[in-house]
Amino acid sequence: MVIIVFFALAFICTGSVLGMILSRNQGTSALFLVLAFAALGGVFGLLGAPFLAVVQVIIYAGAIMVLFIFVIMMIDMGQGIAREKKRWALVLACAMALVLLGELGFAARAAWPGPDAATASVTPTEIGRLLFTTYAYPFELTSVLLLAALAGAIVLVKKRDP
Amino acid sequence: MTVPAGYFFVLSLVLFVLGVIAFFVKRDLVSQFMAIEVMLNSANLAFLALAKAARFADAQAVVFFVVTVAAAEAAIGLAIVLHIFRRRRSIRTADLDSMKG
Repeated sequence: MVIIVFFALAFICTGSVLGMILSRNQGTSALFLVLAFAALGGVFGLLGAPFLAVVQVIIYAGAIMVLFIFVIMMIDMGQGIAREKKRWALVLACAMALVLLGELGFAARAAWPGPDAATASVTPTEIGRLLFTTYAYPFELTSVLLLAALAGAIVLVKKRDP
Repeated sequence: MTVPAGYFFVLSLVLFVLGVIAFFVKRDLVSQFMAIEVMLNSANLAFLALAKAARFADAQAVVFFVVTVAAAEAAIGLAIVLHIFRRRRSIRTADLDSMKG
């Protein structure tokens, strides 16, 4: 039963990333990515990470992709962008990707830790405790990082004073 | 019965490779940036799958930090894209060749 859900989510995920690659409209590809990231949230849930599943849907499929769609709406590309004319670029990309896939798979097989035990899913309570004890220092640093990113983004897109 | 961690790892490999293909096939900054996000997500999935196989319990806190940093990175990256568009009226990567010798 769980495995059917996994394969359905994996199919949605890879299918919508493929749709993102094939669509010529940036808005359409952004919406395909929303679908892909939402499905990936479901996959995280299957991995026993309910907290990360919610984080994935809210932050990635919600916040970050909405940011992308805002920028796509602000950038007027007129007719859209023509696909690469040269055929060899696509062929080269696919060949490189296949080599990379084989290489990564080979490396992973060598380094795989062994059969996994059935682990219980980690509850949000435990993650909250971890964040405020073991990882309290990185957690505080993250808030500074977000503040810096906010200030940086504002400075970058601010119009020059006349 | 649960899904073995290896399946998740294979899914993350496929997603990563699709992200690489998307990066090379797309011709504009926003779409290439989206391809980078796909790769980042697949890396998160690979980390979680490996953590499950290796019984590393703190993995979810680490992935939470990765997602936070990714949010900051997306904000800054999109601000840079917008800045480039304002200055040059184009985000086609073929047009951004002022560093060419």
